[in-house]
Amino acid sequence: MGILHESIQSLHKKLIKREMTSTDIVKATFDRIHEVDDRIQAFLTLNEEKAYQEAAKWDQKYASKENLGLLAGLPIGIKDNIITKNLRTTCASKILYNFDPIYNATVMEKLNTAGMITVGKINMDEFAMGSSNENSAFKPVHNPWNLDYVPGGSSGGSAAAVAAGEVLYALGSDTGGSIRQPASYCGVVGLKPTYGRISRFGLVAFASSLDQIGPITKTVEDNAYLLEVLAGVDPMDCTSANLPVPKYFESLNKGVKGLRIAVPKEYLGEGVLPEVRESILEALKIYEKMGAIWEEVSLPHSKYALSTYYLLSSSEASANLSRFDGVRYGYRSKDSDNLMEMYKNTRAEGFGDEVKRRIMLGTFALSSGYYDAYYKKAQKVRTLIKQDFEKVFEQFDVIIGPTAPTPAFQIGENTSDPMTMYANDILTIPVSLAGVPAISIPCGFMNHLPLGLQIIGKHFDEAMVYRVAYAFEQATDYHKAQPKL
Amino acid sequence: MSRISIEQVKHVANLSRLAVTEQEALQFQKQLDAIITYAQQLNELDTENVEPTTHVLDMKNVWREDVAGKGLPIKEVLKNAPDHEDGQIRVPAIIE
Repeated sequence: MGILHESIQSLHKKLIKREMTSTDIVKATFDRIHEVDDRIQAFLTLNEEKAYQEAAKWDQKYASKENLGLLAGLPIGIKDNIITKNLRTTCASKILYNFDPIYNATVMEKLNTAGMITVGKINMDEFAMGSSNENSAFKPVHNPWNLDYVPGGSSGGSAAAVAAGEVLYALGSDTGGSIRQPASYCGVVGLKPTYGRISRFGLVAFASSLDQIGPITKTVEDNAYLLEVLAGVDPMDCTSANLPVPKYFESLNKGVKGLRIAVPKEYLGEGVLPEVRESILEALKIYEKMGAIWEEVSLPHSKYALSTYYLLSSSEASANLSRFDGVRYGYRSKDSDNLMEMYKNTRAEGFGDEVKRRIMLGTFALSSGYYDAYYKKAQKVRTLIKQDFEKVFEQFDVIIGPTAPTPAFQIGENTSDPMTMYANDILTIPVSLAGVPAISIPCGFMNHLPLGLQIIGKHFDEAMVYRVAYAFEQATDYHKAQPKL
Repeated sequence: MSRISIEQVKHVANLSRLAVTEQEALQFQKQLDAIITYAQQLNELDTENVEPTTHVLDMKNVWREDVAGKGLPIKEVLKNAPDHEDGQIRVPAIIE
């Protein structure tokens, strides 16, 4: 399992020097998947045969000394809500159990061009709705640090697969914390970029004003390399930002001397466990030693973020998920007498309870007589939440706090009450509503379960987020810890 | 007092094109009521003069040339359809 703990730079050098082949790396990946995935359950579909063919192709190119990019011949796992041509894409839902896409998401085209090899599609909460991966229609994912615990969600499969050494890198998606919270629970690095930084074309839409694809990796450096390939404007997604993509790697090493860190008191207050708070205060000491300055600030509307988020994201979801009707693709209920019955039965049988709940909440919030009281009200509060961040960023370079108020919880612990499950995301949701970038990096352990440090930046300032994250990573060893499997 | 009644849940389920049993309607009523009741906290805030945010970035209309692109081949379009015949997707009766 040695290969699967090396950095992108190191693997690329070995590939160039022919000390290692892409086939070796792909084989190590599948060996590890076959060894541990019956316990982790991170993968829904494997792409084994094609992955080996791709690897052989890249090995030939390396052998003929072609000038290849850093990612050529390296394997990656893809969250199953990202459309992959001719590779089953289910969103972990029964309603798409047999969906075989006829096109690629823009991020897949970019990864393919860069030479990355898709090893398989990764488990998630159905349609990315959930914080524990227990909402997968097929099987729950288990946390590699303790198999009785959840990996977080909704990109829990992606975070667990990277943490378990099943794959070097994975793509996730984040709507209210779905990359950062599982990265925190599994002790890996997960970035939610600025809204608009990465094209959403081919990401099965949940809440279009919030959804973002992002990379999950073992280290900040690898994460930065991946973002550089994934980012950029796309004619197929008119919300993608037409801005230059920096060479993130070049600014990683600039240090944090003189940087100004804001620490929101709401992120260390009620609901956040003392051990989690302690780990953040320890991290701040490390930053102080490296020459950064931190100050307590307030994001006064934080406590309204959860309500705002569930109203807005569910409203958007109710519209986005109307396309699953059993007509053009996916599951169709048998034996319906007429079209309306077929729609209703297909959706009743095809969607899980959490998805139905959110579709219904969204439909309610958008329905005549309730629109102003719920949907429009939430949009206005979103403005206040966004302004909280803007005010702080007038005086500070980054905002730091925990990614989640607790470490991972036990499988089955929070399934009976949706509201307790939603509370896991209180520290990631405000960031999503503001559309700013944020990363979760490992910053400690509690009861042998990882804790995550959340670093939040200004719009399109992922370079600063990475730089601050990298400084902490270089000063600590948390990212080197491995779960015993 | 409930913020959403069983009848409203059934109405919303119908709008959402979801078949629900009595049992499910009862369960969703409780859960949706809890979420909607929690969301009443937003009424603590005076938002009279606040503009709604639909989109976080200061982005206006994005224009492109109106040029027809290439369509998809029928075979590809039908590949995932649960039921099709003679190059068309077949569904149950729409009108009696």
